[in-house]
Amino acid sequence: MASEKVKTFTDSNFDEEIKNGVTLVDFWAEWCGPCRRLAPAVDALASEYDGRATVAKMNVDENPNVPGRFMIRGIPTLLIFKNGQLADQIVGLVPKEEIARKLDQQL
Amino acid sequence: MADRKVIIIGSGPAGLTAALYTARANLKPLLVEGIEAGGQLMLTTMVENWPGFRDGIMGPDLMADMRAQAERFGTDVVQGNVERVDLRSRPFSIAFADGKTLTTEALIIATGASARWLEIGCDRKLSGHGVSTCATCDGYFFRGRPIAVVGGGDSAMEEAIYLTRFASKVTVIHRRDSLRASKIMQDKAFANPKIEFIWDSEIADINDLDRGEVTGIVVRNLKTGKLTDVALDGVFIAIGHTPNTALFRGQLELDEAGYVVTHHGSKTSCPGVFAAGDVQDHIYRQAITAAGSGCMAAIDAERYLDGLPIPDETTDNAECLVAPPTSELYKP
Repeated sequence: MASEKVKTFTDSNFDEEIKNGVTLVDFWAEWCGPCRRLAPAVDALASEYDGRATVAKMNVDENPNVPGRFMIRGIPTLLIFKNGQLADQIVGLVPKEEIARKLDQQL
Repeated sequence: MADRKVIIIGSGPAGLTAALYTARANLKPLLVEGIEAGGQLMLTTMVENWPGFRDGIMGPDLMADMRAQAERFGTDVVQGNVERVDLRSRPFSIAFADGKTLTTEALIIATGASARWLEIGCDRKLSGHGVSTCATCDGYFFRGRPIAVVGGGDSAMEEAIYLTRFASKVTVIHRRDSLRASKIMQDKAFANPKIEFIWDSEIADINDLDRGEVTGIVVRNLKTGKLTDVALDGVFIAIGHTPNTALFRGQLELDEAGYVVTHHGSKTSCPGVFAAGDVQDHIYRQAITAAGSGCMAAIDAERYLDGLPIPDETTDNAECLVAPPTSELYKP
């Protein structure tokens, strides 16, 4: 169950949504086991960083363009944007605390 | 008093079976899932050698059922990661990544093993951009593209066969001239028209780090030393696993490959600490052997707790043998 604090990005709204501030985007798919395991951490971060950073999910099945642009060939991949620019990335499963550390570096 | 009678670290078949047995023995176990919750079976597809399922069962489904069964008898499953353990004082203390610490009278280690990388540097840097250790996670991104699988064991063959669903061609690169995989997996791989083999060879380099994606590999023939460029879009690594024992280095006896050394069943060098599954087994490494050793660890822990005097929290654990400095023995 996704937290209501987590936004859903699509190929069409992605560029608009990442323009301002710090944004964490979780690239995932229904069939990806590790993505399901990462989901609770992403949900928790959305609540913890509410008002400070945007946390969003992007389904790679439904949105092929943005993952292609960032040459994503594996999921879960987390990209962190600051004012529209790619600032950091995390590939694969990592503890929630490590994602928080990387987010803090951008805040 | 310790917070818990028994804490289990790890949630693969070993950890969950240990949880099932200790829960049914009324020990109210706490099981810490860890980051790779469910273990290696979460990354597999059909498991055809788990007894009792004559038509096979999906790895993730099997793990979900095992977890539910362990919970039914009173296992507390917590998400999160263990950051530190202290096995030198009694009760043992377990520090979590979120800052909490719990104490326990007995500890069952079932942290398993994680996929090994090539250790040529560029493979990790291109992780997520064409290099992967998980076919079921990442195969989808290689529809209609040529890829390589590195390795010659059952896992490598399973990955190669699975990846032919997506890839235009799968090239298996193996260091020897024959496969280590079981006969049935070899037959399946050899019969698959999309799979080709490059024998006696290893990957010397992966291109193209500057572009941030895989465009090809350099293959070195180990007999002739000859280097050959192969253009492809993805590399899947299936060359075995490394035990997840960093937490215990210097506190438990580990072998030269980093596995926890067990004796008399699941006992480790430290009384009260038991180990089960792939973290202490580099030979069998099956779901069923992991589950079996999880059961052994649970029974060993139960017997240990039955004979335990009232724990004195301040006593140093003098019995805890930390044989030869494991930092010297262990080379990651």
